[in-house]
Amino acid sequence: MYFVCFFLKDNCREDGRGCEDYRHMEIETNVVSNTSGSARVRLANTDILVGVKAELGAPAPEKPDKGRLEFFVDCSANATPEFEGRGGEELATEISGMLNRAYDCPACLDLQKLCVIPNQQCWVLYIDILLLECGGNLFDAASIAVKAALYNTKIPTVTVSRDEGIMELEISDDPYDVQKIEVKLAPCIVTLSKIGHSHVVDASQKEESCCLARLMMGVTQNGTITALKKEGSGSLDPTSVEDMIEVGTGKRVGEALNKSLTTALEEEERQGTKSKTLGFLR
Amino acid sequence: MSVDIRIAGARESTKQLDSEEISSLVTPGDVITTDTGFMRGHGTYMEDDQLKASVAGVVERVNKLICVKPLKTRYNGEVGDVVIGRILEVGQRRWKVDTHSKLDSVLMLSSVNLPGGELILLELLLLLDNVTQAEVQSVFADGSLSLHTRSLKYGKLGQGVVVHLSPSLIKRRKTHFHSLPCGASIILGNNGYIWICPTGNEMEDKTGGYEQNLEPVQRADREVISRLRNCVLALAEHKMMLYDTSVLYTYEASLKFPNI
Repeated sequence: MYFVCFFLKDNCREDGRGCEDYRHMEIETNVVSNTSGSARVRLANTDILVGVKAELGAPAPEKPDKGRLEFFVDCSANATPEFEGRGGEELATEISGMLNRAYDCPACLDLQKLCVIPNQQCWVLYIDILLLECGGNLFDAASIAVKAALYNTKIPTVTVSRDEGIMELEISDDPYDVQKIEVKLAPCIVTLSKIGHSHVVDASQKEESCCLARLMMGVTQNGTITALKKEGSGSLDPTSVEDMIEVGTGKRVGEALNKSLTTALEEEERQGTKSKTLGFLR
Repeated sequence: MSVDIRIAGARESTKQLDSEEISSLVTPGDVITTDTGFMRGHGTYMEDDQLKASVAGVVERVNKLICVKPLKTRYNGEVGDVVIGRILEVGQRRWKVDTHSKLDSVLMLSSVNLPGGELILLELLLLLDNVTQAEVQSVFADGSLSLHTRSLKYGKLGQGVVVHLSPSLIKRRKTHFHSLPCGASIILGNNGYIWICPTGNEMEDKTGGYEQNLEPVQRADREVISRLRNCVLALAEHKMMLYDTSVLYTYEASLKFPNI
């Protein structure tokens, strides 16, 4: 513990990163064939698979003209033995809760487009997040994977026809007659851990065990903060919170993260079917 | 600030590196031989008159004895091994040490070289969570290890980084302490724990680590340590044996890349 803190002086971490550097990330979309959209993110040792399934359902009564997002996190016991049985449940609700809050912002995702018939039918996106390996910074990696999977999601076109007052829905089964979701402004979570006197981004597992307090925020590409959550037993000084959000790191890192992700996703889309799916065995 | 997201498909295959294929690699359940003339060693079992592997690893044959050396394993101690451990518990006259073996190892007070020969409180010597370097003195019947730090080479370790790897990746050599010319020292513990620290701390003064140097390490030194740590992890990732030369060559090769 001492040495990790100690290492943070002069902006040099144990693995040689600066305080605001992310580890290398690898991303692949469209990895699961029977979903509407899927993505897999590997951030050093952290491995996360996300699948999105679009289904028709009833809208929430308080938001009759909007579609719904349902997050579900599954902590595989393959990731760490601690997740065996019900061990991962707490973490799972934490992650899904944070994602729910981050996406609960009208500016980041246009849910109205997901509505088919107000008050009756809308698209429900079931977002399943599977943790395959834990190497620290699960929240950030999960949010990146979710954004990538939503980018990859294709929803079939629906035509509504009225026949003597009875509505009829026709779902196109042409795989090319689909609509995509605009995710440009979807948030990514940026976690800032306070270790010693420094604020560190993308903490490794070792660093996480040394960290007493961390601040998580959902940041969009243009720097809007959609959600904020403090975690850990330690306390944070108001000035240091301000420092994390406004002046320094949080916003800037979040913007850079989103931009980098968008570039990677667009690049992959441009390559299209040319590139082979790599999958899990390599 | 740097954020680097790449597409998985763009990654170059690392396959061409391992050109020679190891023929003696087995996975659990693989038949090693159907010949009954062999003796059953560690990591193997007999089933239907066939000798099968019970672990994933490399088959080793000494005369009639067949063993499988696992790739990933807990540490099986041998007398005389240099190990790095972490103090788990401070007892009445002994410490419990985590050395990545199946059972916790013990370091008896009588096996410690006390500074000045006086009896001082154990807690003052080695605290909980301190990292220590020791030699295996004996192996108990149940496989747990008894350690000693009799020589002044051994003892408490001060400022540095521990890396945890598989014990089978550490090459057995005459010496496991190396002061590398790049300005850092490395101890390759036989138990797969590796200690990297700036040269000129414990290694030189040989006080057994009881006089601690708590002066901050310079950034340049820490960069060297970080780079060495990443080199060691890269070697382990590619299942390369670790010893002074391999680490040093990797370090030199890595200098081409300015970013650690």
